[in-house]
Amino acid sequence: MAERKLRVLVGKPGLDGHDRGAKVVARAFRDAGLEVIYTGLHQTPEQIVAAAIQEDVDCIGLSILSGAHNTLLPKVCQLLKEKNADDIAVFCGGVIPEDDIPGLKSAGIKEVFTPGTSTEDIVAWVKEHIHG
Amino acid sequence: MGLAEKILQGDIRAAARLMRDVDDGFTSSIDELKQLYPHTGRAYLIGITGPPGAGKSTLVDQITAAYRKLGKRVGIVAVDPTSPFTGGAILGDRIRMNRHADDEGVFIRSLATRGCLGGISRSTGDVVNVMDAMGMDVIIIETVGVGQDEVDIVRMAHTTTVVMVPGLGDDIQAIKAGILEIADVFVVNKADRDGADRTVRELSMMLEMGERAPGEWVPKVLRTEASRGVGIDELVAEYEAHRAYLHTSGDIHRFNSEKNSTILMEMLRDRLFRDIYGRIASNGTLAEILSGMSARETDPYSAVDAIVARYLTGADARVAG
Repeated sequence: MAERKLRVLVGKPGLDGHDRGAKVVARAFRDAGLEVIYTGLHQTPEQIVAAAIQEDVDCIGLSILSGAHNTLLPKVCQLLKEKNADDIAVFCGGVIPEDDIPGLKSAGIKEVFTPGTSTEDIVAWVKEHIHG
Repeated sequence: MGLAEKILQGDIRAAARLMRDVDDGFTSSIDELKQLYPHTGRAYLIGITGPPGAGKSTLVDQITAAYRKLGKRVGIVAVDPTSPFTGGAILGDRIRMNRHADDEGVFIRSLATRGCLGGISRSTGDVVNVMDAMGMDVIIIETVGVGQDEVDIVRMAHTTTVVMVPGLGDDIQAIKAGILEIADVFVVNKADRDGADRTVRELSMMLEMGERAPGEWVPKVLRTEASRGVGIDELVAEYEAHRAYLHTSGDIHRFNSEKNSTILMEMLRDRLFRDIYGRIASNGTLAEILSGMSARETDPYSAVDAIVARYLTGADARVAG
C-alpha cells in the first residue's frame, strides 16, 4: 500500500508583516520530509481555510504576532467546521499570552507554541499528533 | 458514494482528496480516474514555464484574474521542487495567487515534483483531469523553475508559454535546443527592466531564423509586467488566438494523438515495470540476480533477457502469474 505524504499549510493570518518565524518553521517541516504549502502574509481566515481544503492538508500551522489571535484563530476553526473540514488540525505559534491559551484550545486550536519553542519540538509534535 | 461521483456533483473536498490519492500512488485512485475520464477533455490547458524567479506565479495570478473577468472557471496546478535529500518540499506558488483562494470559480493545487525531472510531477496529468472533470474551463499548469531541458509541459498543455526575463544570457542561449523550442507564446516579463528590449530582440531574431510551413503558427514575443498587470490582456488575447489556430489548422488532432500516445506508453511502462518488479522482488529472483552481479557471475543484459522471457512472453508469463 502506498504511503501518505504529510502535507501542512503554513500561513500568517491578519496584518502583521513578520514572517521570519513562519519561514523558519516551514523550513524545519521541509527538512523533516513534509510537503509545506506556504501561503505567505496577510491571509484572511477564509483564504486560509479555502487553501487548506484545496490542498488537502493534514494540518494548518498559523504564525501570529499581531495580538489578534483571539479573533482570527477561532475564526479559522469555525470556518473549518462550517465546511465539514474540522478533521484538519490547527496549531499556532507566536506571541500569545499564557492566559489566552485555554480559550484558544477550547475554540479548537490543538496546540499553541510560544516564543522559545525549538523547531524540533514543533516537528516532533506534528509527527506525533498528525496522521495522513 | 465514491470520490468520482462526489466530484461530478461539485464536492471540492472529494476532488482535493482524489488528487492526494493520485499523488500518493493509491491504487484506489485508478478506479475513480476511470469514472472521471469520460468527463475530461473539455478544458483549455495553458502551460507556463521558465527559469526560477521569472514571475511565473505572478503571471498565473494575473491570467487567472483576466479569465475570471471573462466568466471562466480556472484551475491551477503549481509545481515546486521536492528536496532530493529529505523528500520534503516548500510549495510557495500560492503566495502570489492566494487572493483567488476563496473565489469559488478558482481551484488551486500545489504539487511537489517528487523526483520527477521534466518540470512537472508524475501526477500532474491526472490532477489536471480531475480539474477538467470538475468543470474548469481553463487550467493553468505552472512548472517548476526550469533551466534548459525540462520540457514535459509541451505534451501536456495546448498552449505553452515560455517566460523569460531580461539579462539571462546572450543570443546564443536563445538558439540552443530545449525550452526555447517549445513555446507557442514567449513572454518577456519584468519588461520595465534594463535589457528588456534586447531580450525581446534576441528572441524575435531566434524565431525569424526558424523555417515554417505556410500558415504554421509563429510564436509572438510579448512584454509583461506581471506585478502591475501590464500586458496581461494582450497575453490572454494571444492564448485565445492560439487556441483558435489549433482548431482551424487541425493541429489539435495531432496534439491530442501525440499526447494520448505519450500517456498510454508511460502508463504501460510504469505498470509493466511495477508488476514485474513486484514479482521478482517478492520471489527472490531480484536478490539472486543482484548477488550474481556483485560476484560478476551474472550480467544485467542476460538477467533482463531472462526476466522478459519468463514474465512477458507466451505460456511462461501465464505460469508465472
